[in-house]
Amino acid sequence: MQSEVMFAGFGGQGILMSGKILAHAALTKGFEVAWIPSYGPEMRGGTAYCTVVISDRPIGSPIIKNPMHLVAMNRPSLEKFAHVVKPEGVILINSSLCSVTSGRSDIDELIVPVSDIAIELGTVKAANIVALGAFVTRSKIIDYELLKEAVKEEFAAKEKLIPLEMEALERGKKAALQ
Amino acid sequence: MGKKVLMKGNEAIGEAAIRAGCLNYFAYPITPQSEVAEYLSRRMPEVGGVFVQGESEVAVSYMLFGAAGCGERVFTTSSSPGISLMSEGISYVAGAQCPVVFVNIIRGGPGLGGILPSQGDYFQATKGGGHGDYRMLVMAPASVQEAVEMVMMAFPLAEKYRNPIMLLGDGLIGQMMEPVEFPDHLRTEPTNKDAWATNGMDTRKSSKPNIVKSLYLDPKQLNDHNLLLKSKYEQMKREEIRYEPYNTDSDYKVLIVSYGTMSRVCRTAIDNMKAEGFEVGMVRPQTLFPFPEKAVHDAAVKESCKVVISIEMSMGQMVEDVDRCVKGKRPVEWYGKCGGDVPTPEEVMGVVKALI
Repeated sequence: MQSEVMFAGFGGQGILMSGKILAHAALTKGFEVAWIPSYGPEMRGGTAYCTVVISDRPIGSPIIKNPMHLVAMNRPSLEKFAHVVKPEGVILINSSLCSVTSGRSDIDELIVPVSDIAIELGTVKAANIVALGAFVTRSKIIDYELLKEAVKEEFAAKEKLIPLEMEALERGKKAALQ
Repeated sequence: MGKKVLMKGNEAIGEAAIRAGCLNYFAYPITPQSEVAEYLSRRMPEVGGVFVQGESEVAVSYMLFGAAGCGERVFTTSSSPGISLMSEGISYVAGAQCPVVFVNIIRGGPGLGGILPSQGDYFQATKGGGHGDYRMLVMAPASVQEAVEMVMMAFPLAEKYRNPIMLLGDGLIGQMMEPVEFPDHLRTEPTNKDAWATNGMDTRKSSKPNIVKSLYLDPKQLNDHNLLLKSKYEQMKREEIRYEPYNTDSDYKVLIVSYGTMSRVCRTAIDNMKAEGFEVGMVRPQTLFPFPEKAVHDAAVKESCKVVISIEMSMGQMVEDVDRCVKGKRPVEWYGKCGGDVPTPEEVMGVVKALI
């Protein structure tokens, strides 16, 4: 069984970090993982994205044109990638920055104002973690507790941020369960 | 082996060199391998090593030459245009028989080309690049873990042959993060530098003075020197060929030859076709020079095999070696794409099925 998640948004939204945390969480559970960033011209002023592949067997092609899931942190990302997501996948839309929906009825659309939630928590920088909490809860791609541990580890060097990040995860989780 | 950690290919290559006992790194930044320099600029001082950013890749290649001539373990990383600039130095290093490890994380070309993954430097790496009769031992990893293992193998091999070794990856190998394990203990062989390095008479037991040079004005001497170099390349062909067969136990109708990132895409395509009842085999060269000639030949002439195809992210380079090995016994086809638009498994499946 293999699944793929594409994280997409503006540069600076923590897109690459979200993917890395998810990949790290899956690795601790013994899965094969690959994290593939966009490093082409698009990272200089357009959409930034990365793909995380999680599998129970060695990963073949790291090039994924049709991911299982999409986390779209802004409108250009949704417009660019919504149509490539496989049927029955989850598409998370950051409704704080994206007023449109995917227009697809064959996927599981999860609309969460992740940036607004992060601002309520005190910093818009936590938006990527809110999104992760919501996405993992809805897709069940990995165990939520594993995700928590991976976030703690990612912020191990900035320990005072951990309570905020844990709150961001919880708020995302709550939004996904509503 | 230690714990599995998630690491970018470029950073893992830097760490692997340190674990292999290489404490000298000279480089000039270029996408898509700049993270090696970024990583080692922090890491080298921690382990008492040296990182010097040269003023250009040409300068870097001679820093490598100088340090290697003194018997130091040394390596660099660059990407295609940077390797072109280093090629003059690579020729001198090969001529003077110095062990240096070069890593090329290929980007699209020719010229400035692009910054996305490519395999367009196959000819440059395997057939020369610099002038004169020389060869490099060229290894091509298909994963971050394999890149680590090959870097760790490269240093003892460079010393065994007193020859430049090149690790040929593509942008994806450098940029991708995968789980890696580093060996707990170094597995590097003792260096033979007393026999050739100019590291000072007081550092060695023998009283024989060493000289590091590539200039031989006497024709007979130069011919003898070329024959000596050739004998090393022949020894590499006998002792260093590495490859991985995939699904070759099946009665495959098509044989793919593919390396690096491209071979992973082909592996997925082969799995998908197998599920559909269509058997395809693959030989993945892990060394591009020496090329796994016999393995490719023998896999091609298997009775069930009707056609051989070289699939590469270049406009038909490795296919010339494949053709040479198959010796006309099967048709040899080519498929490839450049510019960083890595073919998908579906595209590979379409191309392979159309052959039969």
